[in-house]
Amino acid sequence: MRSLESTNDFVVKFANVNGSGSASANSMFAKSILRMGVPVAARNIFPSNIQGLPTWYEVRITGDGHLGRRGGVDLMVAMNPQTWDRDLAEIEPGGYLFYDSTKAMPPTKFREDITVVGVPLTRMCNEAYSVPRERQLFKNIIYVGALAALLNIELAVIETLLAEQFAGKDRVIKANVEALHMGANYVTTNLEPLGLRVERADKVGDRIYVEGNQAAALGAVYGGATVCAWYPITPSTSVAEAFTSYCEEFRTDPETGKARYAIVQAEDEIASIGMVVGAGWNGARAFTCTSGPGISLMQEFVGLSYFAEIPAVIFDVQRGGPSTGMPTRTQQSDLLSAAYASHGDTKHVMLLPMDPGECFEMGALAFDLSDRLQTTIFVMLDLDIGMNEWLTKPFSWDDSRSLDRGKVMSFEDLESGREFGRYLEVDGDGIPYRTYPGVHPTRGGYFTRGTSRNPYARYSEEGSVYVDNVQRLLRKFETAKSLVPAPIRHDAKAATRTGVIYYGSTTPAMDEALQSLAAQGLNLNAMRVRGFPFAQEVMDFIAEHDRVFVVEQNRDAQLRTLIMTEGDIDPAKLIAVLHYDGTPITARFIVSAISGLLQAGVREAAE
Amino acid sequence: MTYILKPQLHHPNLKTNDLGKTRRDYEGSVSTLCAGCGHDSISAAIIQAAFELSLPPHRVAKLSGIGCSSKTPDYFLGNSHGFNTVHGRMPSVLTGANLANRDLIYLGVSGDGDSASIGFGQFAHAVRRGVNMTYIVENNGVYGLTKGQFSATSDKGSKSKKGVVNHDSAIDLVSVALQLGATFVARSFSGDKDQLVPLIKAALSHKGSAFIDCISPCIQFNNHAGSTKSFDYVREHNEAVNRLDYVVGRDPIEVDYEPGTNTLVTQHDGSVLNLHKLAAHYDPTDRIAAMTYLQQRQAAGEVVTGLLYVDPTAEDLHENLETTSTPLNSLGTADLVPGSAALARINAGLR
Repeated sequence: MRSLESTNDFVVKFANVNGSGSASANSMFAKSILRMGVPVAARNIFPSNIQGLPTWYEVRITGDGHLGRRGGVDLMVAMNPQTWDRDLAEIEPGGYLFYDSTKAMPPTKFREDITVVGVPLTRMCNEAYSVPRERQLFKNIIYVGALAALLNIELAVIETLLAEQFAGKDRVIKANVEALHMGANYVTTNLEPLGLRVERADKVGDRIYVEGNQAAALGAVYGGATVCAWYPITPSTSVAEAFTSYCEEFRTDPETGKARYAIVQAEDEIASIGMVVGAGWNGARAFTCTSGPGISLMQEFVGLSYFAEIPAVIFDVQRGGPSTGMPTRTQQSDLLSAAYASHGDTKHVMLLPMDPGECFEMGALAFDLSDRLQTTIFVMLDLDIGMNEWLTKPFSWDDSRSLDRGKVMSFEDLESGREFGRYLEVDGDGIPYRTYPGVHPTRGGYFTRGTSRNPYARYSEEGSVYVDNVQRLLRKFETAKSLVPAPIRHDAKAATRTGVIYYGSTTPAMDEALQSLAAQGLNLNAMRVRGFPFAQEVMDFIAEHDRVFVVEQNRDAQLRTLIMTEGDIDPAKLIAVLHYDGTPITARFIVSAISGLLQAGVREAAE
Repeated sequence: MTYILKPQLHHPNLKTNDLGKTRRDYEGSVSTLCAGCGHDSISAAIIQAAFELSLPPHRVAKLSGIGCSSKTPDYFLGNSHGFNTVHGRMPSVLTGANLANRDLIYLGVSGDGDSASIGFGQFAHAVRRGVNMTYIVENNGVYGLTKGQFSATSDKGSKSKKGVVNHDSAIDLVSVALQLGATFVARSFSGDKDQLVPLIKAALSHKGSAFIDCISPCIQFNNHAGSTKSFDYVREHNEAVNRLDYVVGRDPIEVDYEPGTNTLVTQHDGSVLNLHKLAAHYDPTDRIAAMTYLQQRQAAGEVVTGLLYVDPTAEDLHENLETTSTPLNSLGTADLVPGSAALARINAGLR
């Protein structure tokens, strides 16, 4: 048997029991590699459960900087007897199994084509600790120490991380460092290093390592959001939690100690969006964060926001579902329900971030756009971006930037006698002017309704008045095309008539897949869409190519449908590549799907 | 809801209030409700209350859901911003609006379908959060705009116009509001302006969730024999616990009461509620006693009206959230955006 050998390019997967305290140890393992200058892409695969069910943490060590999920496992850290058989089966031939060897296992429980590394973790813990909770928690640190020794990770780096995590608690730091060394010493005394190695490099640069939900929440702070109404739902809850903690830090009035924000945990998603719409109507920047079921519940209000032209921001962290279980897995499956949310003729602006860096940027931008366009802006994250830490470019902010409150008529504007019609087309861009309630004693007041009013907001049931209004809303949507982030195009090195379109968390896997395909001689021009409505460039891109793959993470090819519908594109031209089992899409999957389709297409053309 | 605006001309000798405004300045568009509708009497009472309080009309935000009652905000305070929201969801929109600007006066108008059926949850949660608002339910026990279906406040055993008997228990919004922690709870009758106007004035000046259940007979679909929300039925069964005089804080308090029959309650803003007691031993500052009394009289077939409960020291949602005194909607870039230096620190902590 030949064991795998690789430096800075392998996948380690931890199989744990939920609630055993493994998450922070595993995260520290990943971060220690980052601190050695080697990029990692780490992903949680977790159950709808607080304690007891299986949970996995997959770390891709990638000197080349491929941040998508690779697929396959080179080293399995099998700490959960419940999932032993399937965990064992997942190891690549020649790979490694790390396990707790306290209790002898029959040879039939192993595979012949892998290297088995046993460390008697339970025995070591039982000898060193008497308190059950300590035995549990330090076991995690002991295996991190053992893995460090096996993989050539510098212990000093982990010690620094422990000191940062437990700053001010010297006793805790000391105990953890001892446990770390206990694991490392066992390996150096009893075992050989593996063929998988981490070597210090300089490939991380100034990038930061952060979850998309946290980044989006910070974006909301920088975007000037003052009202957050939300209802707990995985995987979006941490957006509201992070917003709360950033607000406490940055939005507490230094003199009075009072809050320059209001956060309400509502009774449900309907009330959440209702509060957002109420606050937006009244001139505050407001948002909610939710996931697919919340989007379903919010439909009516989203339509009201569209027709009554009220700013609102919704962070939709997409996932599988319904039920519990799949909701803790990732998908890009809300695209259509967000784009066309609500009754009546409606369509909504969406921003499509690819990573936490863009979650921050688009999170802030969404509030300017919602005020500028006076409508709901969806920011479409997914669980993969939202709840995993990603390596991303550092956040940046231009201090000369000020909040764009859009077209608002002030007391002075009204006093000067400027004509005010709440739904009046003035500038030819479909965007009317609005007033905040209470602005002027005699001017600018109006009664807000979804439809059935004329440009001056007076009641009207005339069909022609309705038609004029919804035509203006279409012009406004046209204006939005130039305001949402533009698509990004990457052309192949060689000329090609084949293209690919994708968005969001698919991006790193797509980038890697394009390299692999090019290496096979399969060249594709690529376009990443970043906003809806789609810019003309997207339609031009499709027109330039004979066939365009649309790669996305849902069953029904929702992005493809949206492009077909909005661009009036021949369905035959857009070929769906779909991944929707709840795991993040991989480069291996994309390469196999596209090369398979291309080869089939070539055969077809030849026959 | 109408595009017909009322003519602005008025008699030169109309009485003016402290702002120099006449009652006409508090009116809205012409009502499109049925002639004789109880809701129009409530609109008139709101106009009268706002006029007497000298409220600047533009500082009132009026919000409603969907239904006959929810159409009415168009018919009063024509210079105020109004919002005809979504069926049953006015409370959340009002809550959000209130979060955005704590300086306006919030008036929510709803109906029994809007608040006791589709919007029961939102009604409950807005009340329990202590949103600073006046919340009036124009309660006719029937769906008017869809022509006569029972609502959740229809009494068990009452008959629809078509003769169908309601078998479901009624939701009594007053009892619910008391249980949920509303800090001002009243019931009145659209046909009793003398009782209703002072109650609305007191509610508008109350800090916290002020709830008024106003029985408002539907003359089309719920004003027949067998109805428990008809003019005749309510007049016969009305048991008023008190009569209210509302005294603005800055006025000298001159009350013509006999000892032992009146209660004076001073609210946060200094206004004084002078309650002429009608029911012996009724104490409107005792929540539990109020709940007990209501249940007892209800069992006896009486509709108790008046100011049923008030907590003059109530706090509101903003106090609980400790929000800054500046309305959130007027905070600017410098107040809200931490800037690049803070971001550099955040970046450093994420490496």
